[in-house]
Amino acid sequence: MAELILTRNFHRPDSHALRLYQETGGYEGLQRVLALPPVTIIETVKKSNLRGLGGAGFPTGVKWGFIPKGHPGPVYLVINADEGEPGTFKDRYLLERDPHALIEGMIVSAYAIGSHLAFVYIRGEYVQPWRRFARAVEEAYAAGFLGRNILGSGFDLDVVVHRGAGAYICGEETGLISSLEGKKGWPKLKPPFPAIRGAFDAPTIVNNVETICHVPHIVQRGAEWFAALGTATQGGTRMYSVSGHIRQPGVYELPVSVTLRALIYEHAGGLPDGRRLKAVVPGGSSAPILRADEIEVAMDVDGLKNAGTMAGSAGVIVMDETVSIPEALMVVARFYAHESCGQCTPCRESTGWIFKMAQRIVEGKGRKEDLDTILDVARRGAGTTICAFYDGAVGPYISYIEKFRDEFEALIPK
Amino acid sequence: MRAPAGVKVQFTGGQLQEVRRLQALYPDKRAALLPVLQLAQAAFGYISLEAEEYVAGLFDLSPAHVHEVVTFYTLFFREPKGRHVVSVCHNLTCHLLGARRVLAYLKERLGVEVGGTTPDGKVTLLSVECLCACEMAPMMQVDDRYEGHLTPELVDRILEGLG
Ligand SMILES: Cc1cc2nc3c(=O)[nH]c(=O)nc-3n(C[C@H](O)[C@H](O)[C@H](O)COP(=O)(O)O)c2cc1C
Ligand code: SF4
Ligand code: FES
Repeated sequence: MAELILTRNFHRPDSHALRLYQETGGYEGLQRVLALPPVTIIETVKKSNLRGLGGAGFPTGVKWGFIPKGHPGPVYLVINADEGEPGTFKDRYLLERDPHALIEGMIVSAYAIGSHLAFVYIRGEYVQPWRRFARAVEEAYAAGFLGRNILGSGFDLDVVVHRGAGAYICGEETGLISSLEGKKGWPKLKPPFPAIRGAFDAPTIVNNVETICHVPHIVQRGAEWFAALGTATQGGTRMYSVSGHIRQPGVYELPVSVTLRALIYEHAGGLPDGRRLKAVVPGGSSAPILRADEIEVAMDVDGLKNAGTMAGSAGVIVMDETVSIPEALMVVARFYAHESCGQCTPCRESTGWIFKMAQRIVEGKGRKEDLDTILDVARRGAGTTICAFYDGAVGPYISYIEKFRDEFEALIPK
Repeated sequence: MRAPAGVKVQFTGGQLQEVRRLQALYPDKRAALLPVLQLAQAAFGYISLEAEEYVAGLFDLSPAHVHEVVTFYTLFFREPKGRHVVSVCHNLTCHLLGARRVLAYLKERLGVEVGGTTPDGKVTLLSVECLCACEMAPMMQVDDRYEGHLTPELVDRILEGLG
């Protein structure tokens, strides 16, 4: 078994407590880290090959480097804890079971980018995780890990815990910023990127919970150690959320080079009742689907990209031979139709129409031309919208139909 | 959730103090709109047009802006809801593992459609997108809690436990 880093304490009932976090090495190296030049931390994170674990897989150190040098005004760190990608639940585990890991990661990251005010945007439905995390923030203030002059370093950091109110699109970083500012969660056209002009018009770094939890370990144990855990282009382990037709659903922390086959059959126990695999969604619902004969693939960002899909949020949804793929597409299409924010015409219109078409196909009322219409509409809209939400919808539309076309055709009256 | 419908749209002194504390947390006080609306919903039961106007006044925002925000998010209720809210996840993993049966069972037990509230005002039933607890599919949210691995027996027990 590979070493567990982020999840090492998850089996302990008191894993969320400050005392336990400290007993297992937490906050121990913080004083030393806060004496390093911030640029050294950014360079270390760059060399570690840490890539964002929220969905896009962007190199974290490179993103931090985009903050304008010597910026005179405030800089903000925003933690994306709006976890909403269907099939994903890892950030919920981190918030509930190791909140201090996120707090320590925020202290190191904020110090590296020169931020003194950080926000944690937690999805509104996550009430228990929010309570746990907010309690940990109080503990951290009381112990002198947050606030003024942290551990005598001269570095100040305040943390504001902010709750969302139910909208998947607020997980998209510019939508999240709009929402944090007290508006509806409409994404914004990039550029400018948040690192140049983000929350409250100030340079802002948005990172996922899990990404930031890795940072203290990287700074303590070195970029080489972290990079060596992964592949040539992505360092470390990550937390795979595995659900669906699987014996042991749950979160699995594994090196990013693990294959989808090993994840399903060796780690998560394979399928129940000896049933056969039909398809897998490897990276949250927006990732194109893979057939059972396509699972001999490494789960890192580039491995899955080369296989025509994406690592996304690492939410793995397993489907056995009994699943109707057209029905699955209908469910997924309903989600995108419901969650489109409505700003862009291709996204607003296509998500609605494609859901209706998928629905009528499932009901046996499809028309011969429907499948090609969906493919055509999906392909033409891709890449034309303000945010990547629509591209995320297009992935399943196209892949479900292309890979399981017979099944769709069988439902359409001749 | 606690306040009955028709409650006076007016924060207490303590609540107003909390509004000011929240507003001071952000570089721009308007960023406290979501938390203050959450406070308003807890105090008044739901966000009526009157409540939107009241909250707008606390922020020097137009009621139209507040309305736009309230209607954008699924967790704000614009009509009185039941004392409890039961939200069944109908996204992919829950669907694969029987969400439709769970929803059908709840509709029958409660005698309401999705979006409806039982005549005694006890439960509002909703179906929602992924709550990101797919490892316990099929699952639902009952007020603040997540309940998973649902079976008819478990659903019965959960409903009986609601006051
Ligand atoms: C539609 C959409 C939804 C997203 N949802 C999330 C989310 O729930 N959590 C998250 O961390 N990132 C989400 N992202 C990615 C964010 O935009 C952003 O890339 C990420 O938070 C950056 O953090 P990272 O570099 O640490 O991954 C989403 C992106 C899109 C386009
Ligand atoms: S692509 Fe869709 S979700 Fe993104 S901004 Fe446009 S309409 Fe909104
Ligand atoms: S699909 Fe139901 S919790 Fe994710």
